[in-house]
Order: sequence, then structure tokens, then C-alpha cells
Amino acid sequence: MQIRFDKLGVVIAAIAAYAAFAAPFATFRANRIVPGQARSILEALPTATGTLLLAIVVIAALIALFRTPLVLRLAASVVALAALALLIGVAGTYLTPAGNTFARVSPASGFWMLIFAFTLLLADVLTRLNLSPLGRIGVLVVAALAIGLLLISGSWDNLSILKEYANRADSFWAEGSKHVTLALGSLAAAVIVGLPLGILCHRVEKLRAGVLNVLNIIQTIPSIALFGLLIAPLGWVATHVPGAAALGIRGIGTAPAFVALFLYSLLPVVANTVVGLAGVPRAANDAARGMGMTDRQRLFGVEFPLAFPVILTGIRIVLVQNIGLATIAALIGGGGFGVFVFQGVGQTAMDLVLLGAVPTVALAFAAAIILDAVIEMTATKRRVETA
Amino acid sequence: MKAWLPSLLRLALVVLLIAFVTNPDWFEPLLKPLTENNAPVIYNQGSLLTLTLLHLRIVLIATVAATIVAVALAILVTRPAGVEFLPLSRSLVNIGQTFPPVAVLALAVPAVGFGEKPTLIALFLYGLLPIFENALTGLTTLPANVMEAARGAGMTGWQRLTKVELPLSAPIILGGIRLSVVISLATATIGSTVAAKTLGEVIIAGLLSNNLAFILQGGLIVAALAVLIYDGLSSVERYTARRMGREAE
Repeated sequence: MQIRFDKLGVVIAAIAAYAAFAAPFATFRANRIVPGQARSILEALPTATGTLLLAIVVIAALIALFRTPLVLRLAASVVALAALALLIGVAGTYLTPAGNTFARVSPASGFWMLIFAFTLLLADVLTRLNLSPLGRIGVLVVAALAIGLLLISGSWDNLSILKEYANRADSFWAEGSKHVTLALGSLAAAVIVGLPLGILCHRVEKLRAGVLNVLNIIQTIPSIALFGLLIAPLGWVATHVPGAAALGIRGIGTAPAFVALFLYSLLPVVANTVVGLAGVPRAANDAARGMGMTDRQRLFGVEFPLAFPVILTGIRIVLVQNIGLATIAALIGGGGFGVFVFQGVGQTAMDLVLLGAVPTVALAFAAAIILDAVIEMTATKRRVETA
Repeated sequence: MKAWLPSLLRLALVVLLIAFVTNPDWFEPLLKPLTENNAPVIYNQGSLLTLTLLHLRIVLIATVAATIVAVALAILVTRPAGVEFLPLSRSLVNIGQTFPPVAVLALAVPAVGFGEKPTLIALFLYGLLPIFENALTGLTTLPANVMEAARGAGMTGWQRLTKVELPLSAPIILGGIRLSVVISLATATIGSTVAAKTLGEVIIAGLLSNNLAFILQGGLIVAALAVLIYDGLSSVERYTARRMGREAE
């Protein structure tokens, strides 16, 4: 029998081999800001556990290397990822001297490369399995539950990022809810304003180019500048419009961040509404007119449902973009996970940066997967209905 | 709208931009009302011209590197030998675009330290995706009859790639580069939070000292650069599209 290599597997096996045998698995530091000392897998874990992890990594890499059935590859990637996730927590406990609260243990480059290699394998398997939208959401939920369980069980408590969290548990959730409120609130405002504006632009051709050009130019203003520029007008509103200050409108803080995110969100919503409505087949509109539908009935009964997947794509772009941009709100006192990122950058405490960056990336990632699945479901539903 | 009006506006914007970065003092009276307590009106901790050129340099380096890597990868996964990577690379591009630029920037700091390097890495990684996506679209939607004709004419794989596929995809690839440059111009300002020398420095100085004039001048220069470059690349794109007989996106 001829042995056949999997091309992607060669890449994965090479990364895994380098990461497991040549790169540090964990970093040990005497306190949170001194430079760390690298520890390999066998140094970071009790001998038996370390050998077990090496064995799992080697077997999973071999399964990736050769052409093997998809189920086997799926199992290999899941087992390897689970082992890595569990054992990095064990390394945290093993490396921290008993009773020492200053020592920090964090995952090092080897750990991240192994995670990357086996996530690549998992992503490849999932892509080849061609999961249905609901299946993809299911995978996301299972992954979220697994990570949640690990967090609750406390097996990661000795890792530095969770020590940073332990010191800031209250503010973490407060900033987190601010972050989500900012991202979702500005999205809601943009949909409420952008949809009618898009419909108007679709109906009144004279407006279209002008509105889209203005919104395009707003997108070119760098986010930190737009956030800063809104401080002055909102400060003026707060002092001169009665009742505005009571509503929480202030020059610095959440208000300018909210308005800036809203302005950035308008273009994708309006542009996709216009494109979606323009893509409604002429025949559908003619049929609706022939049935004696009024303009309003046609809009809600025919045009809008047909344009919906395209509009939803605009909303997906906005949501992912807003979750990322909301980090910058921290620079003008608007709160959000960016607070930890910029504090961490300021103190050169990278665990603090991670505490802000990891939830942001996770949120954006989850939002993208969920909305992509919803878009696919609405798009196929239309196709089935119109077929 | 008259046909010459957009060109005139563009020219006016170019002149205004050059005048502003070379002689910012001329504009002092305009920005004066935005400052309080006799704060400086024009950024005084470095020349605006130098910062603008550094800003452009960082974007240029990142975009050139991103273009080379992205186009090479797109070529690789559209050849028979690399076709196995095509679905995976599609989903990786999708996933990659969900990473916020600030996160990429902040996470690059521990690996390479403060300054220009993390900014270059973030801009490079962030610039890769739109170019790769467009190059992939361009190379996978070539008209079948043209490819057939090229094969029939006895062209080798390399000849087909350099003489047919790449020229025909050029307008779409350029579209990706345009997107990537505009994103990079704005993202480079965030680089100043990790001590890169870009126009973001002016904006951040304004945020820290509550000086609106600083924020405005930094923001406007970046916006003007983005509008002009976007416009310039759009016309290059239309020109190549017309030459290739393909509609630009």
C-alpha cells in the first residue's frame, strides 16, 4: 500500500514538532512585570503528565500528517486541544511555588503554536464536513461550554491571565457589559436610522450618491480622531441643551464613543439596504404591482423580505466591526474591554492586555459565526420559497 | 455635476493637504478658536510633514508586503497542487477578519516590543485579508473560454498565469489593495498607542491635553490621505478594468 501524505498535515506536523520540542511551553516569572524564564513541556509538567502530553501531540500530528478518515482527524484535533487546555492549567499549578501569590505562570509561544496547529486541523475538518448553519452554531456552543466549564472548575486559576482577572473581577464584568452595550446599542441605533435612510436612497435616486459619499468619507476618518472630535460638540450639547446632561450625555465617556460607532455603522447598513433593494427581481415587483399592492405593501411584503439576507450581511459587518472598535472607546473614557488593553500596554503587563483582548476577539468571533449562520439560513429559506 | 468638477475638487484637496503639512502655521487662525487657555494650535512636538511621511511609509511597507504574500498565497491555492488548501484558506480569511486591529496590535507587542514593529505586523496581517480575498475571487472567476483558449494556444502553466490569469485579475486585486490601504491608513493611527511614529501621535497628544485643534489636524490629514489614495487607486482600477475588458467591482 502506498503511504500518502496530507499536504496541510505536513504543515501542521512541522509546526507541532517545532512547538513541542523546540519552543517553550510556559513562562515562569517571579512577579507580573519581570522578564520570564522559559519552561519546556517536560519542565512545566510532572514527568508522567508531560510525557503523556508529548505522546498525545505526536500521535495527533501523525494522524494529521497522513491521509486519514475525517472522523479520526476530528477526534485527534479535539483530544489534542482538550489536553492542551487542561494541562496548561496543571502547569500553572505545578510551576507556582506553594503559597506564592506574586509568581506568574503564563502560556508561552510553544503552547500557542500547538493550539494554532490543532485549531488549523479542526478548522480544516469542520470546513470539509461542510456543516449546516445550525451545526456550526452547535459547535460554537459546545466550545463555549467547554471553556466555561474549565473556567468555573478553577483549573486555570493559577494562570496569570486569571490572576489579573481575580484582581479585577468586578470591573471586568462592568467593562464587559459596557463594551457589549456600546457595540449593540450603536448597532441598534444605526439600524433604526439606516434602514429608512437606505429605503429613501433606493426610492430617490438623487439622494443616493450624495448620502453614500458622505458616509464613505466618515469611514476614512481614523477612529481615535472621530472619537476625539465628538468630545467638543457633545460637551456643548451637555451644557446648553436642558435635560441632555441628565440623560448621560457628556463630552467624554460613553456618549462620544456611542455616536462615533453609530456613524461608522451607518455606511454598511445603508449601502447594503440599497444594494439589497436594487437586487429585488423586477418580475417580483411587477407581479406585486399587478396584484394591486400599494407601495407600502410592496415594501414590506415583497422588497424587504427579498433584500433581507443582504441587509443582514451589512449588520454582520457592523457588529463585528463595532465589537473591535469599542476597544478604542477606552482612550476617551468610554470604558469597555479596551480599558484593560490600554492599561496593560501602559504597564507593559501583557496578561492584562490579554484579559482585554481575548474576550473582545471571542465576542467578535462568536458574533461572526452566529450571524453568518443566520444569513445562510435566511438565504436558503428564500431560495426554497421562491423555487 | 459637471465632468471637471471632481478633478478640480481633488486638485484643490491635494494643494490644501500639501500646504497644510508643509506650512501648518498658515492655518493657525482657522484652528485658533478650537483651543483654550492659549494652548499651542499647531502640533509642536515634531513636524507634521515628517509624521505624514512616516505614516505613509509604514502603510506602504505593510501594503507591499501584504500584497506580495497575499497574491502568492492566492496563486498557490488556485494551482492544482495547492487546491486542497482552498476551502481552509477561505474559512481562515473569514475568521481572520473578525480579529479587531487593536487586539492584533496589543498582542504583537510582547513578541516584538514597542514602536514601529508591532504596528507593521498588525497592518500587514490586517492588510492581507482583503487582498487575499479579492485575489482569490479574481483568480477563480476567470472566463472559462479564455482559459480554454490559452490552453489551446499551447501556453504553459507559468505563461497562462503571468500572461492571462494575473492581468485579467489585476482590477479585482487592485480593489483589494485599495480596501487594505484605507483600513491601514486609519489603523496606523492606533499604532501610536504603542509608540509608533505616525499621525496618531498628534491625535493622542490632543486627547491627552484636551486640545481639539490637535485632534482635528491629525484626523483631517489622515482622512484627506485616505480619500485621495482611495480615489487614485479607484481610477487605476477602472483603467486596468477597461483595458482587460472586465467590469471593476
